[in-house]
Amino acid sequence: MTIQASEVEEKIREIVKPWKGKQGSLIPILQAIQHDFGYLQEDAIEILSREIGIPTAEIYGVGTFYAQFHLKPRGRHIIRICRGTACHVRGSLKILEKVMDILKISENETTEDLRFTLEPVACLGACGLAPVVMVNDVTYGRLTPDSIQPILENYK
Amino acid sequence: MALYRAHVLVCKGTGCKSSGAAPVYDALKEEITRRGLDKEVMLVETGCHGMCEMGPIVVVYPEGSLYCRVTADDVAEIVEEHLYKGRLVQRLLYTTPEDKVKIPHYRDIPFYKKQFRIALRNCGYINPDNIEEYIARDGYVALAKALTAMDPEDVLAEVKTSGLRGRGGGGFPTGLKWEFCRRAKGDKKYVICNADEGDPGAFMDRSILEGDPHALIEGMMLGAYAIGADEGYIYCRAEYPLAIKRLGVAMAQCTEYGLLGDNIMGTDFSFHLHVKEGAGAFVCGEETALMASIEGERGMPRPRPPFPANKGLWGKPSNINNVETWANVPSIIREGGEWFASIGTEKSKGTKVFALTGKVNNTGLVEVPMGTTIREIVFDMGGGILNGRKFKAVQIGGPSGGCLTEEHLDLPVNYESLTAAGAIMGSGGLVVMDEDTCMVDVARFFLEFTQRESCGKCVPCREGTKQMLLTLEKITSGKGKMKDLETLEELALMVKEMSLCGLGQTAPNPVLTTLRYFRDEYEAHIKDKKCPAKACSALISFVIDAEKCRKCGICAKNCPVDCIAGDRNTPYVIDQERCIKCGTCLEVCPFQAVSKV
Repeated sequence: MTIQASEVEEKIREIVKPWKGKQGSLIPILQAIQHDFGYLQEDAIEILSREIGIPTAEIYGVGTFYAQFHLKPRGRHIIRICRGTACHVRGSLKILEKVMDILKISENETTEDLRFTLEPVACLGACGLAPVVMVNDVTYGRLTPDSIQPILENYK
Repeated sequence: MALYRAHVLVCKGTGCKSSGAAPVYDALKEEITRRGLDKEVMLVETGCHGMCEMGPIVVVYPEGSLYCRVTADDVAEIVEEHLYKGRLVQRLLYTTPEDKVKIPHYRDIPFYKKQFRIALRNCGYINPDNIEEYIARDGYVALAKALTAMDPEDVLAEVKTSGLRGRGGGGFPTGLKWEFCRRAKGDKKYVICNADEGDPGAFMDRSILEGDPHALIEGMMLGAYAIGADEGYIYCRAEYPLAIKRLGVAMAQCTEYGLLGDNIMGTDFSFHLHVKEGAGAFVCGEETALMASIEGERGMPRPRPPFPANKGLWGKPSNINNVETWANVPSIIREGGEWFASIGTEKSKGTKVFALTGKVNNTGLVEVPMGTTIREIVFDMGGGILNGRKFKAVQIGGPSGGCLTEEHLDLPVNYESLTAAGAIMGSGGLVVMDEDTCMVDVARFFLEFTQRESCGKCVPCREGTKQMLLTLEKITSGKGKMKDLETLEELALMVKEMSLCGLGQTAPNPVLTTLRYFRDEYEAHIKDKKCPAKACSALISFVIDAEKCRKCGICAKNCPVDCIAGDRNTPYVIDQERCIKCGTCLEVCPFQAVSKV
């Protein structure tokens, strides 16, 4: 993504506007920035700091605390592999290993072509269908190492 | 309003949706319209029915027939046979796993038979996106009763009489918690719903949020009225997009109906509600950390006192309960506290929703009266262990809970009995484990989780969980010493005693209970360098039985590291030095010649 610095500034101002003067707005603002930019890029954080008067250190503090925020670019499709207890006892590690093998990346990494990012998550809350994987917003359940490959092929 | 002779309910909870409920719904809609039945048969999209294993689920009323694992291809038959000719589609009915009996009515299915639904009373019955369906099931009756015929003190007294206790973990008496906040000084107070369901293996809150959002909203309003609050927050995890969407729809409908906002039902009571999306931190389930997160900070717990009841969100008196707790409140006010107190055991009143998962036949959500035994839940409702394997343990209460064994099967489930056994009620996750599950690995698994989720504010939790994890990893990789068990116990007790918040105080529970009930497994890993469940890859090896090997070479072809050698005349052999123990050879061998030792 190539966005001009002025564009970034303009966009951040737009995001911040409805939150000005409101309490507890940092997290929703960061969520909005990540939604628009895909990740929390450095210049965006600096502009945001100036706009809302919160030091960059504090913004990084929040940005690195929560699993949802990312400081690096992410793939077009996000694979979330559930590593919850129910999925664990029904073999989610094998699914994770299979996906790492197919995509040649490790946990929390992105493929070079930016097609996929692989993120193990604590629990997706679909334990009845363990083991479960979510690709973007779609949940796939009752998986086996063999059934994961055809699913990934649907995402280009 | 149009009258319908039949209702077809399609579960669109997360479970059924991922099993393919959407195409089933679309096909039903098309087929019902095509056959000209759309004026007499109503198609309804509902929340979760609970029996996720059998999804997608379709229920047809008035008969109450439950069809399991329905696909779009089954739809024509359901419409033709059931809706047209009035005959049940036998092949789609639930079949009992042991004696293969088809059960026509869902209420007779063992999974549902023993259930008593209060918190889940509407889940799977109504369209959660339609407030009128909630109202038709006595929704907002409790609120009307409270606002017009009861003082806030009466509402508080009713909740105290009911004996309701927090369903999120601690089990603190809800009425008492409300009272602290009501008595706290301050003109501005908040009620908060903890919908940051983070325990791996628990999804009851998700089911309520997605299946009956109004029950939560009504419960919060009743709490706000009793406490004297006029503003509320629902802190919901971002991993539940459907829940957030449905809450938004429900709140908009409430505003439209005058059930949210100023002067509700023409009274002096005003209430404004907001949804905050969590950003992914397990520790935010701890109430002070959750409040810090709503305030836009890192979600780190704060030392208590001051308690949130006196100094909570933005320094104001605040009361926080989880989704299931709030969802019980409307029924308590509507039916009375004594009615609620008549259900359950002496100190644990009402019902509890359990998420039954793991190696069990019927996974899903069950709501049972307190005091039901684990055996009833796992064997009667859950239909026993998957693939006829042997029961080994049940992990109860999430990462803060513990593992209970066969000897606890007849334990009546309530707050006290579980705590005495070393587990906790927690949020109600019940993960069933069979003989293939290694208990040391389970302890390691939970520590890996709590260690990662520890916020790092206090030293005992931050460093203690890390050291415990390292010790457990040492044991599961076969490098453990007997002395490590003492170290583990010492560390566990230290972390339990000294941590700042509930996360650290309960993190050692999985270690302590497995040490208490499965010490022999730890010792086998250390002394014999063996994993009895054959789950820890460092302690197992794969071998090919030369007698059984037909020299087909399929194993060698599939081995990812090419460590299997042999040919048409010599049986294949695995080079143990190079084997990575992936288990592929065992899976692909057509003659069962490969075994794990």
